Amino acid sequence: MTIITRRNALIGGAGLLLSGCDRIAASPSVREVLTLGEKATRTAQRLVTDRNALAREFTRADLSPVFRENGTRNPGSPDYAAHAAERFANWRLLVDGMVAQPLAIGLPQILAAPQRTQITRHDCVEGWSAIGQWTGLPLGLLLRRAGLSGNAKYIVFHCADLYDGAPYYESIDLVDAFHPQTILAHSLNGQSLSIGHGAPLRLRVERQLGYKQAKYVMRIQAVSSLADIYGGKGGYWEDHHDYQWYAGI
Amino acid sequence: MACTHAKLCHAAFGLTGESGMEHANADNRTQPEAPLIYRTKLPVRIWHWINAFSIFVMLMSGMSIFNAHPRLYWGQYGANFDQPWLVIGNHGDSGFVNLLGVELPVGGLLGVSSEGARAFPPLLTIPSHYNLAGGREWHFFFAWVLAVSATLFLLYALVSRHLQRDLALTRAEMRPSHLWHDIKEHARLRFPTGEAARRYNPLQKIAYLAVILILIPTVILTGLTMSPTMNAAWPWLLDLFGGRQSARSIHFLCALGFAAFIAVHLAMVLLAGPVNELRSMITGWYRLPQPKAPATTMTEDAA
Repeated sequence: MTIITRRNALIGGAGLLLSGCDRIAASPSVREVLTLGEKATRTAQRLVTDRNALAREFTRADLSPVFRENGTRNPGSPDYAAHAAERFANWRLLVDGMVAQPLAIGLPQILAAPQRTQITRHDCVEGWSAIGQWTGLPLGLLLRRAGLSGNAKYIVFHCADLYDGAPYYESIDLVDAFHPQTILAHSLNGQSLSIGHGAPLRLRVERQLGYKQAKYVMRIQAVSSLADIYGGKGGYWEDHHDYQWYAGI
Repeated sequence: MACTHAKLCHAAFGLTGESGMEHANADNRTQPEAPLIYRTKLPVRIWHWINAFSIFVMLMSGMSIFNAHPRLYWGQYGANFDQPWLVIGNHGDSGFVNLLGVELPVGGLLGVSSEGARAFPPLLTIPSHYNLAGGREWHFFFAWVLAVSATLFLLYALVSRHLQRDLALTRAEMRPSHLWHDIKEHARLRFPTGEAARRYNPLQKIAYLAVILILIPTVILTGLTMSPTMNAAWPWLLDLFGGRQSARSIHFLCALGFAAFIAVHLAMVLLAGPVNELRSMITGWYRLPQPKAPATTMTEDAA
């Protein structure tokens, strides 16, 4: 008799627990506490990871047979369509913000600069992975060339695409910006980037998850704070879907 | 023998007096004269409950994360165009589990839910609606709770010799004949009584050791292997588990292992006497189960 009562109490309790859980999960103060976990992860990972520790590089034998496209497949704006029609011949990448020498450089200049090719694994926050060979310009080179200010703390990547109607952008700190594998890639598996993969240029920041790998990079801005950029959290997914800015795990 | 029991009874009643609780009548399914022994020390009890709560949150938030890509692969890479070994999906209103290429229909159990296509239903996930960022927040907070508390517990268990004394199998227990006997007794739902119930039995020890020394370390390390930053910091992780997607699969299999352990563990608690078992994990005091045959001599001793 007592056992039946207890079981009923348990079942009722489970229902309460479930709705209670959602209310708890949605509460801002609970989320604040929970994000301490991610902050601890970022601190701990930065502690055990050498600044220049490299992401695993693979061989051509390890390439994914099909490297799936993800996120925006085509920015679709008239501006972008016009550049794509000209194979980006008149397109310019802007480098501005806290730099001594703002730049506007075209694809031929980017291709003429020193290049880095790396076969790395792309890890989506959803759980899947794909291995591809990326070739591009090391971001550090470009930032030195533009004379990055000593007060700059973040590099913001403005993209050509709108995602769900909002501009896609991403940001990284200077540890990742000057990491040897952080490149502005123009080629995947030896071919110029397709529109689906982010032509003409996409960011590769190999020690973080896929949503940091901004496609269709149009403008690179050096800033001292992310607070004034769009939603202030440092990226499209961070602003709109509560993804963590640090995507090392 | 009788003397030991009498002493234990005194100790038990001593505690009863101090705490003001009536242990002797707490569980009317055991005989009132059965001795109470102090079996579970405070650090073990604290860790048990912290760990139990963390594991539940990890399983439920983990299912939330799994729902974002309900396919598992072996190797370094794996995405939609690659061959998965496990898929949880649906054809319209009916869900399926595809295991190693064999499709098993599961109706509305998995693959579909009131919210549409979901590998695991809202009842099992944290948060209950699809929210990958929320699931990750819960998962990575309780990952710290789990990892830190498990490390502290393991240190305690080694230093206090709880691991060596209470959990490690004795030479005699490791003999196949002994294990086989224990398996047969479990299958008949006959559990040790009297003095033999004072210590964990061999299958129980194996189950606890498997969780503490295999499942928890493996689930933590495979979790870290899925982190691109940790791959750069500790590249040996990728070699240890054979790639990020293998690590993700092993992580999921560990989760299944935890779920299986919980199911068996709770079943054993229910079969062995939930009040007595719960009391021993809350207060530390455990009433030694008595053999079915009336133990008249013992009643006299205790009286």
